Amino acid sequence: MSASKKPARGSVFFHEVVGATAVDPHLEACLQCGTCGGSCPSGNDMEHTPRTLFAMIAAGMRETVLRSNTPWYCVSCYYCTERCPQEVHITDVMYTLKRLAIKEGFSRQSSAAQAPAFSETFMEHVERYGRSFELGLITRYFLRHRPLDTVKIAPIGAGMLRRKRFDLTPRKIRQIDQLQAILARADELERSP
Amino acid sequence: MQYGYYPGCSLERNAGAYHDSTMAVAGVLGLQFTEVDDWNCCGATEFFSVHQMQAYALTGRNLALAADQFAPKAALPVIPVEAAETPQLVAPCSACYLNLSKVDRYLASSPELAAKVNTALDAGGLHYDPGSLRVRHLLDVVVNDAGYDAIAARVQRALTGLRVAPYYGCLVVRPGFQGQFDDPEYPTTLDKLMRVLGAKVVDFPLKAHCCGGHMTQISEDVALELLRRLLKNAAEYQADVIVTLCPMCQLNLDVFQSAVNRRFGTNFNLPVLFFTQLMGLAFGLAPERLGIGKEFVASRPALAKIGTSGEVEQERAVGKRAKRRNDQSLPMPYMPEEEER
Repeated sequence: MSASKKPARGSVFFHEVVGATAVDPHLEACLQCGTCGGSCPSGNDMEHTPRTLFAMIAAGMRETVLRSNTPWYCVSCYYCTERCPQEVHITDVMYTLKRLAIKEGFSRQSSAAQAPAFSETFMEHVERYGRSFELGLITRYFLRHRPLDTVKIAPIGAGMLRRKRFDLTPRKIRQIDQLQAILARADELERSP
Repeated sequence: MQYGYYPGCSLERNAGAYHDSTMAVAGVLGLQFTEVDDWNCCGATEFFSVHQMQAYALTGRNLALAADQFAPKAALPVIPVEAAETPQLVAPCSACYLNLSKVDRYLASSPELAAKVNTALDAGGLHYDPGSLRVRHLLDVVVNDAGYDAIAARVQRALTGLRVAPYYGCLVVRPGFQGQFDDPEYPTTLDKLMRVLGAKVVDFPLKAHCCGGHMTQISEDVALELLRRLLKNAAEYQADVIVTLCPMCQLNLDVFQSAVNRRFGTNFNLPVLFFTQLMGLAFGLAPERLGIGKEFVASRPALAKIGTSGEVEQERAVGKRAKRRNDQSLPMPYMPEEEER
């Protein structure tokens, strides 16, 4: 939405990223200092550091950026955002890149292919009950998306149940209809801005 | 003091110990927490990754409900409503605190976004004016509103001898969407609080580094390495216990500690407790009321140091500790005026 207000510089993809972020992330202010990558706790495992990714966005390398595992390895800790001398909302940009990658179907092929499945499974439960349902989330996510790892997670689930740290049944909020109406309207707004 | 209280999904069950101990401690300190009626999930870090408007609307509903429930009532027409204080909403979970404060701040900064979110909220007959609530983390309220002196006055069983590594994680101290109550990279409020309770606070350079959040579910390679760094750091400074203020941090460090040990061949044995649990113990409350014992890495051997109950004394001999490092090896920064508290 803020893309139209910006002077016409930067790639088409750059404007797509900025435009898809609800509050202007000041991405044009990035001066390629690399503080973000140097502060990132999972930077080692990323295919591109945030700084590299932003240079690639400016250069219009849409598909490479959206196929990168970098946004999916962002742990949303805001270390980069806190330290950025230009106050770029880096975490918000990463969220936008995740959404665009899902939309294009690129996320399934990246080395972090499981991340969107986890987010989506989490959302399904919240949309149905209004609150997170941990036992259901873990069970469904692992059985559906990582069946071979179920053996590994099972002892943890059993330990959680034994300590009464998992609910056996979901807790539904009273006005779930109201929440669902709000989320449906939000979905319409997202589709036709 | 009256506050709206947003517990969040974790505190309903997996971090039930945090909720129970928060309520117990709030009772002692005279903090009145009233739960937001029919609140929904804050979306954690998941909704923003998939659906932006729904993420804003989801948290928007919580803000709208809370603002309506805790709005200052103009009972006396003499006092204008503006003069009344902005109602405060307390969140004990880092992610809930972040989402509530972030969405309020973003709606205030972008009227365009606020209009959209309110269009969505209108489908449920709700409305939210940005700025109607002041969102605060539980730690902020405890140390700044109740205050260190009032807390010190309630201590009945000082945590003398207990070596505590104060772990803040990321979202409480950064990015501070509604102002920062502590330093974003080297916070100290939790350190001071633990000292007031009589504990020995060890230096913990990684205290504001991230635990990996949901990465334990997505990529063990990333998550276990982050957890290993934190556990190693706390163990090197000979902590008996890690104290935290976030259900996700507690879950990751506690539940996945054995996975870290398996992967790296380490033998970390560091119980992870919520700061409210240690406050409750220092206030002389029964461990059962504070959810002690729900952690995967048992805290009883470490807590035997402060003698919380008869039976734990016996466990002292059984408690195994990770190999300790020579205390002479690392010169520590020292804050004399705080040590004296």
